[in-house]
Amino acid sequence: MAENHTTATNKTVPYSTGDSKITDTTIAELRELAGRYPVARSALLPMLHLVQSVEGRITPEGIEACADVLGLTGAEVSAVATFYTMYKRRPVGDYHVGVCTNTLCAVMGGDLIFERLKQHLDVGNDETTEDGKITLEHLECNAACDYAPVMMVNWEFFDDMTPESATQLVDDLREGTEVKSPRGATICTWREAERVLAGFPDGRADEGPTGGKATLAGLRLARERNWTAPASNHSGGSPELRDTVSPEAASGPRPGDQPGKESGTGSPATPDSRKED
Amino acid sequence: MLTPVLSDNWDQIRSWQLASYQRSGGYDALKTALRMQPADVVTAVKDSGLRGRGGAGFPTGMKWSFIPQDNPNPKYLVVNADESEPGTCKDIPLMLASPHTLVEGVIISAYAIRASTAFIYVRGEVLHVVRRLQQAVEEAKAAGFIGTDILGTGYDLDVIVHAGAGAYICGEETALLDSLEGRRGQPRLRPPFPAVAGLYGCPTVINNVESIASVPAIINNGPDWFASMGTEKSKGMTLYSLSGHVTRPGQYEAPLGITLRQLLDLAGGVREGHTLKFWTPGGSSTPLLTGEHLDVPLDYEGVGAAGSMLGTKALQIFDDTTCVVRSVLRWTEFYKHESCGKCTPCREGTWWLVQILERMEAGKGSEEDLETLLDLSDNITGRSFCALADGATAPITSSIQHFKDEYLAHFTNGGCPFDPMASTLFATAGASA
Repeated sequence: MAENHTTATNKTVPYSTGDSKITDTTIAELRELAGRYPVARSALLPMLHLVQSVEGRITPEGIEACADVLGLTGAEVSAVATFYTMYKRRPVGDYHVGVCTNTLCAVMGGDLIFERLKQHLDVGNDETTEDGKITLEHLECNAACDYAPVMMVNWEFFDDMTPESATQLVDDLREGTEVKSPRGATICTWREAERVLAGFPDGRADEGPTGGKATLAGLRLARERNWTAPASNHSGGSPELRDTVSPEAASGPRPGDQPGKESGTGSPATPDSRKED
Repeated sequence: MLTPVLSDNWDQIRSWQLASYQRSGGYDALKTALRMQPADVVTAVKDSGLRGRGGAGFPTGMKWSFIPQDNPNPKYLVVNADESEPGTCKDIPLMLASPHTLVEGVIISAYAIRASTAFIYVRGEVLHVVRRLQQAVEEAKAAGFIGTDILGTGYDLDVIVHAGAGAYICGEETALLDSLEGRRGQPRLRPPFPAVAGLYGCPTVINNVESIASVPAIINNGPDWFASMGTEKSKGMTLYSLSGHVTRPGQYEAPLGITLRQLLDLAGGVREGHTLKFWTPGGSSTPLLTGEHLDVPLDYEGVGAAGSMLGTKALQIFDDTTCVVRSVLRWTEFYKHESCGKCTPCREGTWWLVQILERMEAGKGSEEDLETLLDLSDNITGRSFCALADGATAPITSSIQHFKDEYLAHFTNGGCPFDPMASTLFATAGASA
């Protein structure tokens, strides 16, 4: 399996293509990030995320821009950029599609999903489709093991995947169909996602549910059986209000409740029904 | 049996918003804490018996008390939200559902150690979590819970949400500090410990998300309430994460000391038609356990006595369709990929481990290779700056201890005797090993 996870080394990494998109606005935003920290260099990781959002990858011009703002050498910035997996030296497609192949997800089907997607998209690991839409990569554990096998699109969760749902997902992305994460927002582009990670919010925090089915599994059971933490006789205890239970939780266990059958959300597409106040 | 505290508001409408959180009593604890002396907040957390939920189990209040308050430098609080230990999936759902629980804990904890700036270092690969944390911090600022002269007390605090960029090693606290300083994430030699010389060489406390998120409940309900749950040396409630071949995987919040048998019962048991083969108590870096260990109390002492570690309480359940050699190979490839390269035994050793395990999985190994694996493991563990190397050898040595015959079966069989389809979520009915 290991050889299938290797990044192709016969494809050259473009150094400078001479068409850097870094503008004065970018430089101003890099400076803004540097100004948020007690010591400016702490902003380097967010700044490199911003470079990716502008350039579609880490470019030599992006490295030099970070170095200029922080008073570092290009070599010092490169040393950091090459250490972290999320920073890409080759151009990334509109959608970065990750398949977890760490042990638990692999055993639960991640290996087969990854193989199917490589065939379906005709790319290897860490490669981009010819239309520039999708970059496929195998991932290490993404902290969603209770939804295995897990995929990520632009770092949003896709839970309880199968080879069929995985190919459907990438087909939808390539065709431009609107795609929503079952535990997140409508999928934006990889560059837009990188801008949020850099520290510039996109106002989508309220999309999606509180959690999926697995997130709420223990809580639902506790509610059903009236299990609670011990009462507190300490002053300042918190009032308990129970009149605002959200529909995905209130619906309780459903007949189809099996792992992988519903990815957790009763109604991810109806955020309006959960309006409050 | 279950004691939802951290997860108690996760089923509330828009539980991630300030308004919802406050309807459940959110930020009451902050108001209480700000009326206390910082040292009394530290004492309350000490008295509660809260131990670090990131894996090591170090007493949280004691860690706070190591901050030298006579040191003239600024003090920092850093939350380790770089959840990436294979199997671990508790902090991410907590931050998605209720980021304010963490933010309130951050403000109280920062006040206790008299920090002026706090950082939430969240792994970069969780976009929606980053969004919700950013929004929660902004809401808290607008409400006057973060900023200058918080609630008229004269206390000033800034909170910065910082996204990482994909490196397991940054979950190691000193590597996290290097990363947060804008460097490659490589562990530091200790001493000095971060409490004395951490971020920017200043006194720094680094705590796991769940540890910090537990603080508001302790302040609200009192240390005795917290200590009334759990076992003698492992107090309180905690999030147990069940994943893999279990009927209802997910988050189960229970007092420390519950057993896997009880948790499996709550989660509907091992996948129908199959039996438990092996499991991890707290992520892949904690030695594997088997069906013999179903009644081990899942607290720090109980799991330690069984030869493993409680770790992050990430209970990865594998049934009889799973090949242990394949599983261990994959974890080993992970450690090889994530080794930061600083220490030779880890950097070189993990590569050798993968090569030998690959040969074994392909049925081309020999019994001698098992001895080599154990010898290599012995030369890697405990010989590096941080615990990644120890974690890398844990699955290998424990799997050889419990499943030596299965390694041998790969040799006699000339390859893996398992059908990889049978272990999948989408295995057709009747498929078997």
